[in-house]
Amino acid sequence: MSATTPIEGDRASVPGALETTLRDRRDAGAKLLVPYLMGGMSNDWVQVLQAVVAAGADAVEVGLPFSDPMMDGPVIQEADVRALRRGTTPQGVLDDVIAAGVEVPIIVMTYYNLVFRAGHRRMARSLASAGVAAAIVPDLPLEEIGPWAEEADAASVETVLMVAPASPPERVRAICRRSRGFVYAVAQMGVTGERAALGGEAATVVGRIRQTTDLPVCVGIGISTPAQAVEVCSVADGVIVGSALVRRLVEGGGPEAAGSFIAELRTALDAVG
Amino acid sequence: MSAQASGDSVPGPPTGLMGEPGPAGRYGEFGGRFVPESLMPACLELADAFATAWADPAYHAEYSGILATYGGRPTPLTECARLSAHLGVRLLLKREDLAHTGSHKINNVIGQALLTRRMGKHRMIAETGAGQHGVATATAAALLGLECVVFMGEVDIERQALNVFRMELLGSEVRPVGSGSATLKDAVNEAMRDWVATVTDTHYCIGSVMGPHPFPYMVRQLQRVVGDEARRQCRELLDGADPDVVVACVGGGSNAAGTFAGFVDTEARLVGVEAAGGAAITTGIPGVLHGMRSQLLQDESGQILEAHSISAGLDYPGIGPEHAHLAALGRATYATADDDEVLSAFQLLAETEGIIPALESAHALAWVVRQARELPAGSTVLVTLSGRGDKDVAQVRDILAARRRS
Ligand SMILES: Cc1ncc(COP(=O)(O)O)c(C=O)c1O
Repeated sequence: MSATTPIEGDRASVPGALETTLRDRRDAGAKLLVPYLMGGMSNDWVQVLQAVVAAGADAVEVGLPFSDPMMDGPVIQEADVRALRRGTTPQGVLDDVIAAGVEVPIIVMTYYNLVFRAGHRRMARSLASAGVAAAIVPDLPLEEIGPWAEEADAASVETVLMVAPASPPERVRAICRRSRGFVYAVAQMGVTGERAALGGEAATVVGRIRQTTDLPVCVGIGISTPAQAVEVCSVADGVIVGSALVRRLVEGGGPEAAGSFIAELRTALDAVG
Repeated sequence: MSAQASGDSVPGPPTGLMGEPGPAGRYGEFGGRFVPESLMPACLELADAFATAWADPAYHAEYSGILATYGGRPTPLTECARLSAHLGVRLLLKREDLAHTGSHKINNVIGQALLTRRMGKHRMIAETGAGQHGVATATAAALLGLECVVFMGEVDIERQALNVFRMELLGSEVRPVGSGSATLKDAVNEAMRDWVATVTDTHYCIGSVMGPHPFPYMVRQLQRVVGDEARRQCRELLDGADPDVVVACVGGGSNAAGTFAGFVDTEARLVGVEAAGGAAITTGIPGVLHGMRSQLLQDESGQILEAHSISAGLDYPGIGPEHAHLAALGRATYATADDDEVLSAFQLLAETEGIIPALESAHALAWVVRQARELPAGSTVLVTLSGRGDKDVAQVRDILAARRRS
């Protein structure tokens, strides 16, 4: 297998738990809400996870803290620092996920070195045994994904891929073929962090994705308010909300603050769903 | 971990070692392109732009022309009579300290600044540790009329205050980076974060043979002028012979890669010297950081560890992927030097030859001082003196004063 040939996704494979859940919700007319949390960030992070699920999350993205989060802005960097200071390890987060016992699909978001260090097979199996449905590895692009994707597929862990505003059409097609669960539409060029206003790029990216796949499409990076979530969902199937939630936790909020913010987003999305 | 290499099927170039790495940018199991999708198109564009430029005589003419009339190339080869007598080997120095801005970094940035212009971009960003790459980038930006922002860890800003002021004098903005260890690796993170948001009009001028493909290859090619010149100069001096040993310090590894590129097909023994507190080859483990697979200082979970040494320019927990490959093949060996050995070598060169080296370069000298007795009598040793020590004088004064007091 040449590293320069994009991997052809086998779309004939059986849809996984994440894709099935999101498709069912979409087909029922709902907009998808996927909050992001940093695993192990505080003593009560498991309660926060349960609270966002109770408040109406359709799936939850759980970050494994990393020392050098290249795709993240200051808020999530701070969450990484706090989690690591507490001695959080990847397996520790997975043990907590098991203990949380939530009903919605969990998507682990991790930088590639944590996967590489553990070994592709071992990480894929650890995720599967923790009941994790899917993984997002933002610094593992299509051209380099082969060894991981093989093990993830074998362990039935869905690998969600990102499409960026800069991705040209032929890359969009190849990425959508290989993405599992849903396609992550990057709302703007840049790292994670709240934005006062969204640029117009999200709609363009979603449009390009729609031309090549009927997988659910969720938009992330910068979505900060219920109004922005609603705006994005006029074209997309759902939103991923990270920094806006994590900031509330960094500023001292706990399960209640997290739950009420997610409930606000849920209410806003349900009004248009 | 080596079984995980996925790009090994890309055929190597007929030129053998240190040739073109192929479209995936592989050096054995190392290298590659591990960046978010937002940056992939820019990396592909850059690879194309560099390949086109490198094949274009007009680009070479401009690059070599600027290095000759502005950069001070060729830099001399200096035979060290007194220090050779002291050490019992024949010591030659490739004098990158005499290049404009005081180090080899100028070779790389002139090439990348010209490329920035060719790509129609008007802004460069850079990371810097010791400040030498930042100063060089700011210089090239001033020369070609480009905007320039340099990211620098807060710890390094403290250690290298004069270089911060130099960059500002040259019209660049220096952005302090307080995250993580507030040194070189964090400056790279912050530059990458800026690049993701600005990539349409900004080129990331990486300072060493690291990062995603094509950076390790491109920076090595832009630094190979060091090795190619040195080889010619050595043959002239040594009646057609090559040196027995070729030594260079290694942070990311650009001066070493440029030097080794000139000698990799000779019989010369190649030695890279890392800081003892940042020895990615000696104590690192394969991993992926800053867009490349290489040897990295990391813990059992894969968290990156902080490097520590007296020289800001070598405080990097990784190393360029081609060095990891040369080490795996055994074509080059990598050793370490600790802070004490480095300080002694720094003073020794000043006192015996009247040359104050950069602390980074003093690592290479420290290896020669330590190993001289083990080398066959009469060995010829070439050391790349990657930079001058002006930037380090205040720091060394403080360290020596503190030692005298204690
Ligand atoms: C004088 C000098 N030498 C060496 C280095 C290390 O870089 P590299 O290993 O890329 O040559 C630096 C980096 O700042 C430097 O300033």
